[in-house]
Amino acid sequence: MVKKVKVEIQEPSQKPKSLLDLFYKPNKIYQARVRGKFRLTKWVIMYPLLALYYGLPWLRWDRGEGVPDQAVMWDTAGRKLYFFFIEIWPQEVYIFTGLLLLAALSLFFFTTLFGRVWCGYTCPQTVWTDLFFIIERRIEGDRHRRKRLDAEPWSFRKIRLKVTKHFLWILISVCTGGAWVFYFTDVPTFWSDLSHGDISTTSAFWIALLTCSTYVLAGFAREQVCTFMCPYARFQGAMFDKNTLIVSYDEKRGEPRGKKGGSEGDCIDCGRCVAVCPTGIDIRNGQQYQCINCALCIDACNEVMEKVNQPLGLIRYNSENNRISENLSLVGASTKLKLIRPRTLIYAGLIIAVMSILTFSMTRGRTLVEMNVLHSRNPLFIKLSNGDIRNVYTLRFVNKQHKDIDLKLSLDGLENAKLHIPRISHELSTTMLLPVNAGSVATFKVFVEKSGALAEHGRHNVTFKITSDSFNDTYETYFMGPKQ
Amino acid sequence: MVTKKPAKTTKPDVKKDEVETTGHEWDGIKEYNNPLPRWWLWTFFACIVYSIGYVIYYPAIPLINGFTKGISGWSQYKELDEAKDKANLEKGDFEERIKSSTAEEILADDSLYNYTVAAGQAQFALDCSQCHGLGANGAKGYPSLIDDEWIWGGDIESIITTITHGIRSVDDEDTHDMGPMMAFGADEILSKDEIKDVVSHLLVLSGKYQSGESSSRGETVFAENCASCHGEQGEGSTDMGAPTLANQIWLYGGTRDELFETIYNGRAGIMPAFGGKHDASTVKKLAIYVHSLSQ
Repeated sequence: MVKKVKVEIQEPSQKPKSLLDLFYKPNKIYQARVRGKFRLTKWVIMYPLLALYYGLPWLRWDRGEGVPDQAVMWDTAGRKLYFFFIEIWPQEVYIFTGLLLLAALSLFFFTTLFGRVWCGYTCPQTVWTDLFFIIERRIEGDRHRRKRLDAEPWSFRKIRLKVTKHFLWILISVCTGGAWVFYFTDVPTFWSDLSHGDISTTSAFWIALLTCSTYVLAGFAREQVCTFMCPYARFQGAMFDKNTLIVSYDEKRGEPRGKKGGSEGDCIDCGRCVAVCPTGIDIRNGQQYQCINCALCIDACNEVMEKVNQPLGLIRYNSENNRISENLSLVGASTKLKLIRPRTLIYAGLIIAVMSILTFSMTRGRTLVEMNVLHSRNPLFIKLSNGDIRNVYTLRFVNKQHKDIDLKLSLDGLENAKLHIPRISHELSTTMLLPVNAGSVATFKVFVEKSGALAEHGRHNVTFKITSDSFNDTYETYFMGPKQ
Repeated sequence: MVTKKPAKTTKPDVKKDEVETTGHEWDGIKEYNNPLPRWWLWTFFACIVYSIGYVIYYPAIPLINGFTKGISGWSQYKELDEAKDKANLEKGDFEERIKSSTAEEILADDSLYNYTVAAGQAQFALDCSQCHGLGANGAKGYPSLIDDEWIWGGDIESIITTITHGIRSVDDEDTHDMGPMMAFGADEILSKDEIKDVVSHLLVLSGKYQSGESSSRGETVFAENCASCHGEQGEGSTDMGAPTLANQIWLYGGTRDELFETIYNGRAGIMPAFGGKHDASTVKKLAIYVHSLSQ
């Protein structure tokens, strides 16, 4: 029996006047300047990160002749990924997958321990927003001046300030888009081509796209990216637990808030924590999904606490467990962190596992020469005029080294078998010398011939053996003869 | 000195954001009204505007007898043609070089050789595989092209000649045609016993049996009737198009019955001339591919 549920629909209290009323207009955030140890930490992290992004493609790394000497490069035409000493071929895309996996697991690991430190300090959205913000502040002034400027009617001064700001923003955006393309091309070549006005459509497209996205996301969308576009912001809650470090307001100490002397709480309700917040929230409302854990409100609050001669740390990094514990919420109580928890152990374990696999596959597991053998099936064997049986194999070698090599090929498991590679020599021989050029794939058609009387037993298991001064390998396959 | 304050138990006077409800209620469950930001609406409108442009620019709306073409004139066929033109342009250099190079020159250049073999393989599948098989291993009456016996010669120039003019082809004057192999039995040139003796001799020649009475008689018959084309020792002649008989390869089968049938009825294999169908470059590609299969 299905129980019928009565659906009761009440009219909303206020009918929307237009479509736009169904959507809300986000308030423009005028972030105020703040000084303090977390702000300083953010600058100290931000500038090297920016320098890394713009400068990394210029770094050279000698790999020998005929190979790009760019330290970090995604060579789309050559289908290779260069990262300092690492060189990833298409066959080794699993290494790249492993690196991505490692990045994701590290993100989860640090989020579990210290909350959204990625968001607050290192996320490109945060870094570029900060960069745009400092330009905005230098030109238009701090929070109140900017507010006043926006409210002012248009004047020459206002236009001058706005044009300067947007010009600099666009300049940075173009540089950002340009540097992106650097990672996919040889920088000096690209640069000299560009000075001759020579640029491919693909490069121009990517520069334009990255320019637009930088300008729009860092200049205008800002916190909207974190609250509405970023998927990580929405699922990071899954990595949190009661021991995760988050920026939190000590409400037991701060409440009831009010003017100093007028109320018992330490919070004087100055609103500085809200003014400096890049996402425009009030940390005193507790943990909120918009909070990116940037800790600027901690700096702001500490500034004020110093002025009113109160102990610092009314807003501080704290965990939920510490916060609700009576003793630890007292002033001056140290922030006790429980680092070892099942979930941190699991993440750490996974990170170590992926790292070990990666290290193994990049060192001992990675072969500099790969060998593949394909036995020709149409036909399985060829009978020659003197009664000998010939089998045809296609041997393919990938030489990932940056030098030419000669591989000595021989065959095991079949007596009196002779090898023959018409492209190299017309002589039948028991061993063959195969030249494989540096950084290339070489294919050889190998004929194996065997005296008829000895070969007439159907299938024989054979092994191709490769030896060179730096590399040995074997490949098991079979030799077919007619069934008697 | 830090003054410690007693822990307060009063609930913080935090102004909780009272979220408005839409007024919808199901069994006591209310729906919150958490509206999207306005810029989201603008991106939605921008997508609609984009889609209008898309419909105008590209083929989009299905009609009863077709579809709207769009002002760009884009179509998948056109895209395919462009891709083919581009591929042909890339192939152009190789094609030019194949046209102007001799077979030896092609063999000496690795990249040109690899291109030629790949192109020849594709052409082989179209023109040759019907008789010779996709793996070129032939069948009864159709020679294998991957072994080491060549009826009309196995060097590249000979293969080019054979492909161009064919064998006993009716529409090519320069075709390989030294006449058919005679029907020694049907035309009553040899008796059945004589033919059987020749068969015995052939099996000795090819190393299958030791010589005996029958084969000794056959040897004489062979010398008188067959050696003029196939040679005294059955070594064959590529000039005559007479296959070697003193080896393990039998085009029409090597059993006594099959050999008897061949000698009794005679043979005259036919291969069409491809010179009229293809230009010299294509024939060159085919020849180099066929050559690559065994040499």
